[in-house]
Amino acid sequence: MEWITLTIDGRSVSVPKGTTVLQACRMNNIPIPTLCHDPELTATGSCRLCIVEIEGMRNLPPSCVTQATQGMVVRTRTEKVREARKTILELLVANHPLDCMTCQKMGSCDLAKYAYEYQVTGEAFSGGERRQLPIDDSNPFILRDPNKCILCGKCIRACEEVQGRSVLDFSYRGFNTQVGPAFNLPYAESECVFCGSCVSVCPVGALTEKEMVGQGRPWEVKKVQTTCPFCGTGCNFDLNVKDGKVIGVTSNPEAPVNGRALCVKGRFGMDMIHSPNRLTTPLIKKDGEFVEASWDEALSLVAEKLGEIKAQYGADSIAALSSARCTNEENYLMQKFMRAVIGTNNVDHCART
Amino acid sequence: MAGLAITFGSGAMTNSINEIPHSEVLFVIGSNTTEAHPVIGAKMKQAVANGAKLIVIDPRRIELAEMADVWLRLRPGTDIALVNGIMNIILSHGWEDKEFIAERTEEFEKFREQVQKFPPEVVSKLTGVPVEEMLEAARIYATAERAQIFYTLGITEHTCGTDNVMTLANLAMLTGNVGKENSGVNPLRGQNNVQGACDMGALPNTFPGYQNVTSPTVRAKFEEAWHVPLNPKPGFMIPDMFEAAISKDLRAMYIMGEDPVLTDADANHVRQGLETLDFLVVQNIFLSETAKLADVVLPGASFAEKSGTFTNTERRVQMVNQAIEPLGQARTDWEILCELAGRLGYAFDYESPAEIMAEIASLTPQYAGISFERLGTQGLQWPVPTAEHPGTKFLHEGKFSRGKGLFMPIEYQLPDELPDDEYPLLLGTGRKLSHYNVMTRNSAALESYSPEELAEMSPQDAERLGIKDGERVKVASRRGELETRVQVTDRVPPGMLWMTLHYKESPVNVLTNGAYDKVAKTYEYKVCGVKVRKL
Repeated sequence: MEWITLTIDGRSVSVPKGTTVLQACRMNNIPIPTLCHDPELTATGSCRLCIVEIEGMRNLPPSCVTQATQGMVVRTRTEKVREARKTILELLVANHPLDCMTCQKMGSCDLAKYAYEYQVTGEAFSGGERRQLPIDDSNPFILRDPNKCILCGKCIRACEEVQGRSVLDFSYRGFNTQVGPAFNLPYAESECVFCGSCVSVCPVGALTEKEMVGQGRPWEVKKVQTTCPFCGTGCNFDLNVKDGKVIGVTSNPEAPVNGRALCVKGRFGMDMIHSPNRLTTPLIKKDGEFVEASWDEALSLVAEKLGEIKAQYGADSIAALSSARCTNEENYLMQKFMRAVIGTNNVDHCART
Repeated sequence: MAGLAITFGSGAMTNSINEIPHSEVLFVIGSNTTEAHPVIGAKMKQAVANGAKLIVIDPRRIELAEMADVWLRLRPGTDIALVNGIMNIILSHGWEDKEFIAERTEEFEKFREQVQKFPPEVVSKLTGVPVEEMLEAARIYATAERAQIFYTLGITEHTCGTDNVMTLANLAMLTGNVGKENSGVNPLRGQNNVQGACDMGALPNTFPGYQNVTSPTVRAKFEEAWHVPLNPKPGFMIPDMFEAAISKDLRAMYIMGEDPVLTDADANHVRQGLETLDFLVVQNIFLSETAKLADVVLPGASFAEKSGTFTNTERRVQMVNQAIEPLGQARTDWEILCELAGRLGYAFDYESPAEIMAEIASLTPQYAGISFERLGTQGLQWPVPTAEHPGTKFLHEGKFSRGKGLFMPIEYQLPDELPDDEYPLLLGTGRKLSHYNVMTRNSAALESYSPEELAEMSPQDAERLGIKDGERVKVASRRGELETRVQVTDRVPPGMLWMTLHYKESPVNVLTNGAYDKVAKTYEYKVCGVKVRKL
């Protein structure tokens, strides 16, 4: 690998050839604000927030689409850079609802984070026209508020580049530009399959998980990385837990198999955990009806019956189905239970489905 | 899995999921990947966007078929003929990898002779696939530097499932497409931990790590570890269990986390078997259709309420981390098993799942180097033979698990039950994107999105039977009948009806055939005869 050396904010740093200025900064813990950039998606350089000063270049080039070169001199925090970034943020905020108190994204909103950092008040361009677009709540999974969209285009690229579906794109022009499915249809009437990749990359509150709205703030939520219980792909995600309840799922970019990609079931099906249909007490059938029982009663009955049947008909008269849905540890114990405790190899599971 | 175990020596996906986007050729047969394994399907689409060639073999016009370079719309159940036909073309063009065959495989000659019986013209008549399409698929697959095969239940859920798999193994060996990155044979396993449940010996013939129960040395090892004498007789496989229950050879069953009444073929027969038992215990998180038949129901904890590991289709052992306490009085399956073992006089003294994993590692060669600490957030792909081993991204590099790859001559076989005058439509079954088996109906969000079965019927059949899109019909086979709504679509070819297994209101397995593969005993879910009547 060929390495090059450049100077960023007076520091000499070495990076592999082919690195962008943005990557070079981030590799060296030099913060650069970005809204449209995502390491997994094509760089478009559209939000311009990542601009820097580079000696010998006119204007302020966006660092996400500028290749670092040998001997380049980069400045990321000059007054000129900060002023330009602040103006970009002022323009975005001028046409963005300031209902942050009730916005689901509060606490994890990139626009709010940078507006705070750059002391953007929303007053610089106040009084201008604002979008008044209908909210799309046509489906059970994704809430789309086009008024909050900052047109960064990450959802469009995630849909195309990660999911390969290309359901979303820009429509209209200038002030009227919007992001959405073809013909501006609601999600429910589009070709969307609700993988939620768009939600996972949205930097603001334009796309949110519908089920999580009102259920908890980011700082109240404990995130627990785990493995999806559905198909064999083995996607990882974060269960979002508040007050001992799973309120939803968010992507975990570190997930080894899937990164942030998930499907509709993994991302939006976990309300199943708290389904009112869950069994929460042992049941014993008496006269054809289930009656609630204590664990002691239920387990004593099972042990007694299995013991009797084994004594009367032999161990091979008992069989178990273990489960491709349970953990390895539980499957191990089930086969050990049948082999070492009952004394039979009659254990199988739907290995074939 | 048995097919790959015989030919390669290991029944698992040879390659890794994240090799897919960089593939040169994808050969996808019997897998509706974008619906059954959506994230893997998305990676296949990324590969196509990156320039990979895509060969899709499926009777249904699935999403991947739409974007394929070649889509071979074969008649259901004719996979062996089709793949033998493709191999016949490869041999007649000299596209085989002679060096790989000579160095890495055995029994090639017998196989070659068998393939001569499948000239493309004959195969075309059997499969309905035009010769030129077979030729194109053969050319793309065989002349690529690296090509990967992907299959799933469309291959295995046939009475000739094991033979189907071995035919695909033959194809990979013939062209040297195994044992390298982006080059292998990849069964996409259906369930979150079906790989792990097999690895753990939840099978009637093997202990953990595929160690055979009939082997005296293997038994001695487990007898020493578990301090009990062990039964040398292989147990019943699932289809045998219901037979044995009906004949009273089986008296009691303990069913943990499965719902065979909805998911096993010929459901009425399954139900009869379970009802005949003297005693049935069901441990589940929902009152499943099977649980309704139980004498005792034990409430298990969901994946969010426990810690442990799942092993995915690419052999990656990953952590399941407890997020919340079990609901109500529910208990984790492992704690219930420990309690029961104790009551039956054998102490399962485990403090935690980590301790169980330590015992697994001590007895399972593929898991020997695995511990919860090592798994962390990234997991490890088995085999992990030692505590320092980094895991195994792809299998059979330089050498097959069994030594040399074994060519198996495979004869073409018909499905057990084909449509006839009385049951003129062919029923195929599978999954759709919006649900996972029978459990996600309990998600209010998914249920509102996808509340009922929509059986797929071709416009030609619909017109002939006077059925309009969205109308309700009665579907009957020799074994049972159900009612469902119909979706008229050219996704299915004329003569085929296609349904999912998701809906207990239209329980498709009352229709399916209980005939099964002679080796793996997988039911033939993909082919049976049905008739349809408008309601």
